[in-house]
Amino acid sequence: MSKSTRITRFRSPADESLTTKLVLVGVSLVFLGFFLFLPLVSVFVEAFRDGWGAYEEALVEPDAWAAIGLTLTVAAIAVPLNLVFGLAAAWAIAKFEFKGKAFLITLIDLPFSISPVISGLVYVLLFGSASVLGPWLKSYGIEILFAVPGIVLATVFVTFPFIARELIPLMQDQGTGDEEAALSLGATGWQTFWYVTLPNIKWGLLYGVLLCNARAMGEFGAVSVVSGRIRGLTNTMPLHVEILYNEYNMVAAFAVASLLALLALVTLALKTLLELRFGAGSAGGRH
Amino acid sequence: MTSSTAATSARWRVKQPSIIPGFGLTLGFSLAYLSLIILIPIAGLLWRTAELGWSGFFAILSDQRTIRALTVSFGTAFAAALINVVFGTLLAWVLTRYRFPGRRLIDAMVDLPFALPTAVAGIAFASLYAPNGWIGSLFMPFRIAFTPYGIVIALIFIGLPFVVRTVQPIMEEIDREVEEAAATLGANRFQTIFQVLLPGLAPAILTGFALAFARGVGEYGSVIFIAGNIPYVSEIAPLLIVIRLEEFNYAGATAIATIMLLISFAMLLVINLIQAWSRRRYGYV
Repeated sequence: MSKSTRITRFRSPADESLTTKLVLVGVSLVFLGFFLFLPLVSVFVEAFRDGWGAYEEALVEPDAWAAIGLTLTVAAIAVPLNLVFGLAAAWAIAKFEFKGKAFLITLIDLPFSISPVISGLVYVLLFGSASVLGPWLKSYGIEILFAVPGIVLATVFVTFPFIARELIPLMQDQGTGDEEAALSLGATGWQTFWYVTLPNIKWGLLYGVLLCNARAMGEFGAVSVVSGRIRGLTNTMPLHVEILYNEYNMVAAFAVASLLALLALVTLALKTLLELRFGAGSAGGRH
Repeated sequence: MTSSTAATSARWRVKQPSIIPGFGLTLGFSLAYLSLIILIPIAGLLWRTAELGWSGFFAILSDQRTIRALTVSFGTAFAAALINVVFGTLLAWVLTRYRFPGRRLIDAMVDLPFALPTAVAGIAFASLYAPNGWIGSLFMPFRIAFTPYGIVIALIFIGLPFVVRTVQPIMEEIDREVEEAAATLGANRFQTIFQVLLPGLAPAILTGFALAFARGVGEYGSVIFIAGNIPYVSEIAPLLIVIRLEEFNYAGATAIATIMLLISFAMLLVINLIQAWSRRRYGYV
């Protein structure tokens, strides 16, 4: 309801009737119920179907532990890599004017428009047994495919744009004035970055890291192509969910899934907090 | 920051002069990393496709199962994106215009499909919309899960935030005076919305549609559980790539991946064109 409605108690001609509003809100809520809320709720209901004991049992099982450990490891490698890239790319793109900048941004966005399965496939072609690189690396005892390095590579590919995409518009908005002032006062390049740029972008950076991490831990398609799904060795949490589900071990599948759903909820809560407090995120994307 | 000397000589140099250090280092690192992680692997895919030659490429693409899988992927993604245009725009409207209890929560929850791992969404939808599931049982004997309708359901979930988050910021910036002017000129509310407001929102809605569609075509994790994966009926193209890989039929996987890649590049181009057109026509993206 707009301000004028409340003050005059007449309906502004540029406003809908209360009935229309109720119907529209009602339709939206039903739609969201079917497509967002029920799926989310059902994850937890299914996970606790046989009580807390069965839930706990599904999570303390060694294969589940190995999957959780691998997922954390992969995210701990992939997110920092993309963080360094995001900072470097945003610095080059936001602080300088050069030719081909728009094209470079398009290239950075590329993984967003590629099917996750294809993101995995490109590494299978590069490092597979039919490639040049794969057998050569294997002769030195280095396994990429169906091993942890392949999973990390596929995850890095899929989460590649997240942090850069968050930082580029933010740093473009902030311009170069602060850095130029610091440099003219005698700061070195690194000092300027640490004491001037980084404090300016820290919330946007955190926001990007949050989204990147959520995707890194939850990636399924790309990882499933390169992992080989060896239980206890190359099985990440989402892959473990799939295996359990296909074995009709529903409670265990949903128990592991509920951990990932919790991760999503925590991510959403932190993201909303950052948006409310610091105007990070969506505000940075569009101007 | 563009001095007149820089402006006149800008044509002659790649980068405009600046006192800020680190250009070579950051751009060099970015390009190297971009090449290693993204460009070289994709080039490898295209190289493998080129090795197939035109005849080999078309032989794989004219296979009935491939054609059916591509049709299912593009058809379901298109249907889901259309539904998302309607409900996503409605949702953006409700969230920007109306104040009701729980609005903040719903606004935050719209991003759930971005944050929830696709495999989790996949098994949740499969169990909900299965014939014996909470929602599936309501619609029996009409089957949703394990048919193409199930794929559409999963893709609606995946694409929804793309439409809402593209349309919402533009809707927030609409000047209410425009609507009041339309009303004083005798337009009823329906006319104001459909003839005054929606044309201005069209570029954002189109962009949202294209983003949801592009994402839906390539989606894998949330779809395979609910699709039933029946060849020629509910088998999506990304799944067919995985199946070809498991058969060690690299040529088959490569050709399907390349055609999907080319179509996504075309989609990306279309999105950029819509945004460029919108920037010229309306001054915003």
